[in-house]
Amino acid sequence: MLWGSNARETHPIYFHHVLKGIRNGASLYVVDPRRTSSAQWADRWLGIDVGTDIPLAHAVGREILQAGLENRWFINHATSGFEQYREAVQPWTLERAESVTGVPKDSIRELARAYARAPTAQLCWTLGITEHHNAVDNVRALINLALLTGHVGRYGSGLCPLRGQNNVQGGGDMGALPDRLTGFQHLENDALRAKFERAWGCVIPPRKGWHLSGMFDAMERGDLNTLYVLGENPVSSEADKNRALRLLRGLDCLVVQDLFLTQTAEIAHVVLPAQAGWVESEGTVTSSERKVQRVRRALDPPPGARDDMRILFDLAKRLGHDWGAPDPEALWDELRALSPMHAGMSYERLERLGGIRWPCYDESHPGELFLHGRLWAQPRIGPRAPFGAVEHRPPVDALDEQFPIRLTTGRRLDSYNTGVQSGLYRSPLRWGETLDISPEDGRRHGLAEFEEVRVTSRRGSVVAPVRFDPGLRPGLAFMTTHFPDQVDTNRLTIDAVDPKSGTAEFKASAIRIDKMVPPEAR
Amino acid sequence: MDLHFTPDTPTESEKLAVDSVLGPARSRWAGGARSQASEGQTSRGGFRASPGRDLLLPVLHAVNGRVGWISPGALNYASRRLQVPPAEAYGVASFYDLFALSRRPPVVARVCDDIACQLRGAEELCDHLERSLGPASAGAGGDDATWVRSPCLGLCERAPAVLVAGSGANPWNRVVAPAGAAGVGAAIGGRPTDSCDLQALSCSVPQAGSQSLRLLRRVGGAASQSLEGYRRDGGLTALQLALAKGGGWVLDQVEASGLVGRGGAAFPTGRKWRAVASAKGPKYLVCNADESEPGTFKDRVLMEGDPHAVVEAIAVAAFAAGCERAYVYIRGEYPRAAERMQAAISAFERAGLLAPCCPIEIRRGAGAYICGEETALFNSIEGYRGEPRNKPPYPTQSGLFGRPTVVNNVETLANVPLILRRGGAQFAAVGTPQSSGPKLFCLSGHVSRPGVYEAEFGVTVRELIDLAGGVSGTGRLQAVLVGGAAGAFLSPDELDAPFTFEGMRAIGAAVGSAVVMPFDDSVDLSRILLRIAEFFREESCGQCVPCRVGTVRQAELLERLRAGRPLGSLRSERLLLKEISQVMRDASICGLGHTASSAVDSALARFPILGGGAR
Repeated sequence: MLWGSNARETHPIYFHHVLKGIRNGASLYVVDPRRTSSAQWADRWLGIDVGTDIPLAHAVGREILQAGLENRWFINHATSGFEQYREAVQPWTLERAESVTGVPKDSIRELARAYARAPTAQLCWTLGITEHHNAVDNVRALINLALLTGHVGRYGSGLCPLRGQNNVQGGGDMGALPDRLTGFQHLENDALRAKFERAWGCVIPPRKGWHLSGMFDAMERGDLNTLYVLGENPVSSEADKNRALRLLRGLDCLVVQDLFLTQTAEIAHVVLPAQAGWVESEGTVTSSERKVQRVRRALDPPPGARDDMRILFDLAKRLGHDWGAPDPEALWDELRALSPMHAGMSYERLERLGGIRWPCYDESHPGELFLHGRLWAQPRIGPRAPFGAVEHRPPVDALDEQFPIRLTTGRRLDSYNTGVQSGLYRSPLRWGETLDISPEDGRRHGLAEFEEVRVTSRRGSVVAPVRFDPGLRPGLAFMTTHFPDQVDTNRLTIDAVDPKSGTAEFKASAIRIDKMVPPEAR
Repeated sequence: MDLHFTPDTPTESEKLAVDSVLGPARSRWAGGARSQASEGQTSRGGFRASPGRDLLLPVLHAVNGRVGWISPGALNYASRRLQVPPAEAYGVASFYDLFALSRRPPVVARVCDDIACQLRGAEELCDHLERSLGPASAGAGGDDATWVRSPCLGLCERAPAVLVAGSGANPWNRVVAPAGAAGVGAAIGGRPTDSCDLQALSCSVPQAGSQSLRLLRRVGGAASQSLEGYRRDGGLTALQLALAKGGGWVLDQVEASGLVGRGGAAFPTGRKWRAVASAKGPKYLVCNADESEPGTFKDRVLMEGDPHAVVEAIAVAAFAAGCERAYVYIRGEYPRAAERMQAAISAFERAGLLAPCCPIEIRRGAGAYICGEETALFNSIEGYRGEPRNKPPYPTQSGLFGRPTVVNNVETLANVPLILRRGGAQFAAVGTPQSSGPKLFCLSGHVSRPGVYEAEFGVTVRELIDLAGGVSGTGRLQAVLVGGAAGAFLSPDELDAPFTFEGMRAIGAAVGSAVVMPFDDSVDLSRILLRIAEFFREESCGQCVPCRVGTVRQAELLERLRAGRPLGSLRSERLLLKEISQVMRDASICGLGHTASSAVDSALARFPILGGGAR
């Protein structure tokens, strides 16, 4: 089940594996407002209204319970909060879910039964679930379904957020999170923090930091005035770009370390040219399946560019800390000494085994093929997995007569995020930014394909050519952020942020489309 | 599936043709109209949204038959309906000779210019058509008719042969054989000229009426006309026995009979069936009726002349091996055989005779010799290009749709009712120990009475020629091609070799498809060799390099030698030919490449032609 994911285009390599499964007879269900290229491969596409994931998930859960297809043994053995969950889904009859999500009830029933009856089932999601003001609730609604059916902690069954880049997982593993140290060890846990302090011979601030949206709020308050950006392009990628630009321009000091002179780098006080991590540096990456693999340097970097590690070492030296010369393997071994889940992953083993999945506690441990197997152990190991009795809260940017069209955002196959990494390469599939709308809406507005229109939200306005996509229905529009220099899509998006994850609701804006008035008619 | 289409749209008539196979389109995503109400927020997709890729070939037949060619718009529509990538559908459509991908006149005459017809005036016929209709393949949509040269049409006993096909709401086919200018002209004009009515079948079987016939006994007679006639003649006893005594008994009898495949590979039929019977389902049976070996027409005569026996045999085999569906893959150039077989299958169905066995479905080829190779045939049925697969896995493990499959040719199956009626042991007593049973032989070329002959294994080539009235033409024998284009040439002093698997092997030949084609001493053998080389060049599927390149090099080389313009010396050319032949034998994927040089090799080793002394 792909929920809020167009993996065919956004995770094409992963989707090759999905296709192998399909060719072997696996069923695929896709939940997505658009009939995407992924949805076209699905046995059944469920085209929900944007932001109604919880009603759909609850209706699926309710239907599974109605049909008696839940895994009673697993629920009793390994979960908590089931009764509250049952109450939370009770109002979500198929009929009510159909009226809220727009998906015909027969399709919801089919999905519920297929998922519950499958011997093994994977539930994968991406930003369609998490780029909402209630991202964490959405995720929990999906986790509920896995707990209900026991599709977790078993070979072939599980929950998987598909990561957006080859090493997003690795970034988190290494501690690039506001509240965690390396290996997901809680920063605010005194014993864990003390371990790092002993190893590093320094004091670590005992309070967690800000996540990205928290940083922007801190800039707004004046609490944050210096920003060091490594490999990010917030000017182009943040929701509500007007606000992001204003805040970043107001900083006392903005340092950007990147391969390219991004829109953010252009307004920085200092730019540090970096080396490409995947081809000009030594180290490791971690994929979505928690597999740590070695990366090797294959090319010499262009003159002036330095390895990220080297830049940090040089910076430390200027700040009065001489860490010596950077040695990737020595640093990795230091990490292994501090992060138990990486302890068994020597470079020698990583190379010999072609990668290892964490956790890997010692050099005799093969790594784990899947997580949460403990939930099935008898007697159970560790705490119960909690159901989340989450409630539906519709998108913040409501539709009304002024802004009647739902705009959702995403990516296309041949472009990546703000185009920094992909824009340099030519592609026969690329047509620049467009506002994709249904052919019906195109006709209703009297538009020809690729005619430029003004797109306006409650926050801003852009001009973009329209493109007709039969995978969209009337009232639903789609844009990407691939071409910020051509069309600044994020001037339209809303920065309504999920307080738990810090993610903004890129997926649900309310817009209006206006036909451009020819200059002579003005 | 995320398919990508060109903007071309189908015409109404093309849509009707596709819908005649698939029914009306229901989904916007599969060629239908867009409906927000039904599909705005849910839809089917992927492989399960397709009625089955294996319907691609029938759909292409429907379009080509109704419209006369397959336009980009028609291909788009067919691809949408079947959820097949249009590029792949194009790959399939362009694989087959009978399909046109550019507009052409509605009536197409296919003139066989293969070896048997060459001896009987095919070139004169081509010259005549060139004068009346213009060069081959000429003519645009506005013209009435065009003509093309064709490889062997399997009508060698009535050479020269022409197959005329007319497209339209009711597509039609007419066989003209033996063909003269007047007959072809009448057929092109849509007038009945068919010299191959059922009664004429007996002229394809010169032994008709003989008491000794087993396989050919009913051909052309009353017992072949209807299921009732077949039953009265003692037909259906094999099926009744099989149902009464069980599949195990059938396997025992077929194994005891020593029956081996008549398609050329001589694999023990019983062992094949048992392997599939012991495998888990779903399983399939395929009757290989893609008889395309030049000089071969026995399966056509069986299907046209005794279809009920073939259908009964299929039913028995499918029952014994536990198959859930049987397919009869009939070559596209055999419209009459397909009609007769369909009528017989329908009669069996109506009589409830298939209920204990499985449904039988006819699939028509579309002009590709390679589809007679069993794994290429599977790909063809499945809706892919008819390219052979690597073996192993063998069909009994992974055949049609990747499932265990019994695949037998028509003649092999036709023996089954005989075996069950009389018992395997009695069948085994006929012929020789290693080659048991009666056998059909295809005599054409320079013999007085060409046709299908039945004899016991062990009969010699000379006896077969005598049976057919001796050498015609000049009456002086030059050479005999045995086994087909993939077989070997024999010299007049080798005629006493027994026609058995072991006997043929001993003289470096093979039973093949049991072709016996004598050439008198007026024939320019080098021209025959070149025609054979051209045949393989045209029919190589192009999938593997040794065959794709080797068959072209072989034909080029023979052309150089015929023109007396060798590259380098004659000796170096002969060495090169030998090397090409070795590479094709060693490294080709399938039998086509393995045997593409065998007739040429055998002729050059025996006869002082093309600048070389024999041996």
